[in-house]
Amino acid sequence: MSGSALVEAQGLSRVFDVSRPWINRVIEGTDKAYLKAVTDVSFTIQRGQTLALVGESGSGKSTVARMVVGLLPPTAGSVSFDGIDMWAPAREAERQKLRRRLQMIFQDPFASLNPRWRVDRIIADPIRAFGLTSDKAETEARVGELLRLVGLDPADGVKYPHEFSGGQRQRICIARALSSNPDFIVCDEPTSALDVSVQAQILNLMRDLQDKFGLAYLFISHNLAVVRHMATRIGVMYLGRIVENAPANQLFEAPRHPYTRALVDALPDLTMSGRRRRVIEGEIPNPIDPPPGCAFHPRCPLAFARCRSELPLLLAHGDRQVACHAVEAGRA
Amino acid sequence: MAISEPVLSVRNLEVAFLGRRGKLVAVDGVSFDIAAGEVLGVVGESGAGKSLTGAAVIGLLEPPGRITGGEVRLSGQRIDNASPEAMRKVRGARIGMVFQDPLTSLNPLYRVGDQIVETIRTHKPVTQAEARERAIALLQEVGIQGARARIDSYPHEFSGGMRQRVVLALALCAEPELLIADEPTTALDVSIQAQIIQLLKRLCGERGTAVMLITHDMGVIAETADRVAVMYAGRIAEIGPVRDVVKRPHHPYTQGLMGAIPTQATRADRLTQIPGSMPRLNAIPAGCAFNPRCAHAFVRCRTERPERMPAGSSEAACWLMAETVTGDPA
Repeated sequence: MSGSALVEAQGLSRVFDVSRPWINRVIEGTDKAYLKAVTDVSFTIQRGQTLALVGESGSGKSTVARMVVGLLPPTAGSVSFDGIDMWAPAREAERQKLRRRLQMIFQDPFASLNPRWRVDRIIADPIRAFGLTSDKAETEARVGELLRLVGLDPADGVKYPHEFSGGQRQRICIARALSSNPDFIVCDEPTSALDVSVQAQILNLMRDLQDKFGLAYLFISHNLAVVRHMATRIGVMYLGRIVENAPANQLFEAPRHPYTRALVDALPDLTMSGRRRRVIEGEIPNPIDPPPGCAFHPRCPLAFARCRSELPLLLAHGDRQVACHAVEAGRA
Repeated sequence: MAISEPVLSVRNLEVAFLGRRGKLVAVDGVSFDIAAGEVLGVVGESGAGKSLTGAAVIGLLEPPGRITGGEVRLSGQRIDNASPEAMRKVRGARIGMVFQDPLTSLNPLYRVGDQIVETIRTHKPVTQAEARERAIALLQEVGIQGARARIDSYPHEFSGGMRQRVVLALALCAEPELLIADEPTTALDVSIQAQIIQLLKRLCGERGTAVMLITHDMGVIAETADRVAVMYAGRIAEIGPVRDVVKRPHHPYTQGLMGAIPTQATRADRLTQIPGSMPRLNAIPAGCAFNPRCAHAFVRCRTERPERMPAGSSEAACWLMAETVTGDPA
């Protein structure tokens, strides 16, 4: 499986130093404080497939995205893209070439486009940076083609970002991401700033582009229903760790980890089947001082003594991986 | 209160922005009633006018926006033309409010207990000690553990979900007849969202409070509301019992909206997509505002504006309803 993987993350961890300034620590007698945003996250993504990471605020999913795309160095672990370690210090030249092949789409289409640049310049920027065309006319033709590809008019290139709606701006972001012919796009909550009807347009577009170019996506979202629509595999994150990683349909039909079950249960029911949703009590604990053992145990209906003391490992159960003592013991 | 009299009755409400370039109508001829103990969901995409409708009801429109027509009645009494002083007595006492962001609805400089006590004492003739006891009871009721200890905490010492519970306690502390909740769960995580929705439903059900629940999330509406009004470009496109609107929508916009929502039950190959986006206020099309995006539009839709007409057990503002006598979806 790992041999053919396009993207492979191994034991990815990131710790942030959130200590008070030195003088405060001395006066107040406090220690340094560290926040473990991501701990020991591993996954693989195949060509043409979508891995979705879901989780609530503070679960570390955006931190993973930033490490995978190369914006944030990991504290430990590695990310390799097509077999090349992205964070190995000696391979700068190879990494330069890699950068063309991976792109990112951000949540806020208002903040991720330069308001002083015309749209054609925004989209042409990666083309110029990587030297993908030989002359100006070719660049222009390529920009026009990209705009058409995302459902905009090539004549829109002369406009500025403020002249577009949120959905159209997200299309521009997608066109910019596609302009360097990437193999892999990291999408961090690409539709959560959009209205549902516009969200549907963007999700459909992303699926079409995936089929057309064989793109692989790492899709970060807090919305399980959107994830179900997009993902081949889903990784559920809780407090910096993946607690369950399963093929999308299996995860929804039979969620195994109690947290996954709770998330699926908490989804508002549009079919109005009259199903009572079981509400999980409590909130995500403070990641600076996480509970011992399994981080979910204070909210877990299945927790027993072992959960409070021993960290559950992510173990394979058929095609999926689950990190839960209760599942391992056959109690769930 | 007479059974027949709704808590809130809005008739032909019009909200407009008067500027140098003329009048921009943002809410146009909106009418609805909410009975005691009933939850009316108001759903729509950004710019549909749902929040402005809520702000108009409680008299908190920001200038240059103002009510330019229609009536708002609270238990039969007109409040749209009430003086600012009179409205200040209505807000908090008879209409409670919950906004999207629980951090900005609480004053960060005051302890949460003091904020609740102040609100209770402004509207009810009780002593400081009684108000404090009532505040503790309320905090317990909204599910804050150790309310007696936490009443003297500041808002920043609570998490997002807990803060929204405090806001809910604050909105209900003077026992209002009507609660306006504008996107109360949008800033919260799904598991917390489910907790807050259950709480809101329980509290208002027990007290018989009428609720106007404004949200863009059809899922929240489906779980919470008794009736739902779907807004588009400042008008109500469809209004009816939540089951009918969700399961058998009549208006093409509602149908498109329902198809556009990914569900967890099935993985559709493609989501229904409505082409285009909501028109801007200065470019609302003639006739039905939805006609340029509508797959069923015909000549009449482009020239004449449809009023709400019966469609099954709902009402839809769509000429298709006039064509089909039975009111079945076209």
